Amino acid sequence: MTQARMRSRALIGLATALKLASGVAVGAASVLMLTSGELRAQAPDLPAAPQGAPQDSGALRVKVQGTLTDAQKNDPVLDAATSAVAATLRCPVCQGVAIQDSPSELAQQMRMVVKEQLAAGKTADEVKAYFVSKYGEWILLEPQAHGFNIVIYALPVLLVLGGAVFLVFIVRKWTAVTPTTAGPAAVGDDD
Amino acid sequence: MNWKRASIAAATAAPVIGLLAWGLTRDPNSIPSPLPGREAPTFALQVFAPGQGDLARPAGDTVRLADLRGKVVVLNFWASWCLACRDEHSALSDVALSYAGKPVQFLGVLYNDVPDKGTAWIAEMGGQSYPSVDDPGARVAIDYGLYGVPETFFLDASGRVAYKHTGPVTQGVVRFKVDSLLAAAPQGTRQAAPAAPAAETGANSKTGKGQ
Repeated sequence: MTQARMRSRALIGLATALKLASGVAVGAASVLMLTSGELRAQAPDLPAAPQGAPQDSGALRVKVQGTLTDAQKNDPVLDAATSAVAATLRCPVCQGVAIQDSPSELAQQMRMVVKEQLAAGKTADEVKAYFVSKYGEWILLEPQAHGFNIVIYALPVLLVLGGAVFLVFIVRKWTAVTPTTAGPAAVGDDD
Repeated sequence: MNWKRASIAAATAAPVIGLLAWGLTRDPNSIPSPLPGREAPTFALQVFAPGQGDLARPAGDTVRLADLRGKVVVLNFWASWCLACRDEHSALSDVALSYAGKPVQFLGVLYNDVPDKGTAWIAEMGGQSYPSVDDPGARVAIDYGLYGVPETFFLDASGRVAYKHTGPVTQGVVRFKVDSLLAAAPQGTRQAAPAAPAAETGANSKTGKGQ
């Protein structure tokens, strides 16, 4: 076998191994997300939990009594800040949807709470902390990088690095062995 | 067989298989509440359904959690559109009657509903012994980290959330939890409360998990 064939074989091996490593990394991250109580990802096609709020039933529509002034109700800056925070909070009665994107009654009410707290001078982090104190870290769509959660962020990187080291080791082994074993075969090679 | 390779493969696969096996033991619908063990969120809500007899409070009266300090409080979130609330209604109403005269306050909190429908539902169900209050905009529900109804919170005499129960309660569950909280309450607030084993009380207050 020629050096060119050896190189192409090594490159194919490298590409396959990289694909495998990235697959394992993504898979491991998904498993962690699914198995961690606080970080559970929810499939959108799963049936809703047995309990739940009415889904925007006209007959049951409840008038929300807020503390916002008329100016605050129509303030585009406050609306944008509310949307930004609401996009990070999970709707408790939905499946993996932010309260910003959910039409459910509870999500609307939670958005109103977000808006009221921002209007009262709380920062985005303080509003999120309020919801975490009531619902736990589960309420955050994106897990915070501390404690056990660090594993979710670090594991894919570690797996890719480990895969790269493994590949270097394997490729070196292949290229070191090939000249001695392929020597006689190379005589009749036309390449 | 290459034992070295087999060992490496097994050592690599074991943590992944272990992780998957651990995942199978967890209930994806079970969401732990951070509230048990903490100070209960305060509220001041208006009574819309007065209750009956000794447990009654006038409609329009404001119930403040701060005024209930020294009592065990059973806070039941419900709605007229909630089917599971029908299952627990008579159990809660009956068990509340049996605690009349004791330092226990049962309180219904209407969740995402209108008082008229709540009142009609109570009449349809044959009445309710304890009062119910309205929670406009679900502010108190959100303060208690509510996911849906029915959910029942048991607050101890010092105003802390001791337990959260998700789903319909039974008389047995309510009695066990209320009795254990009465037994653990300071002497001044414990009036003829049935004795509950101290070990059970401690174990359950640590659990703080709905059933």
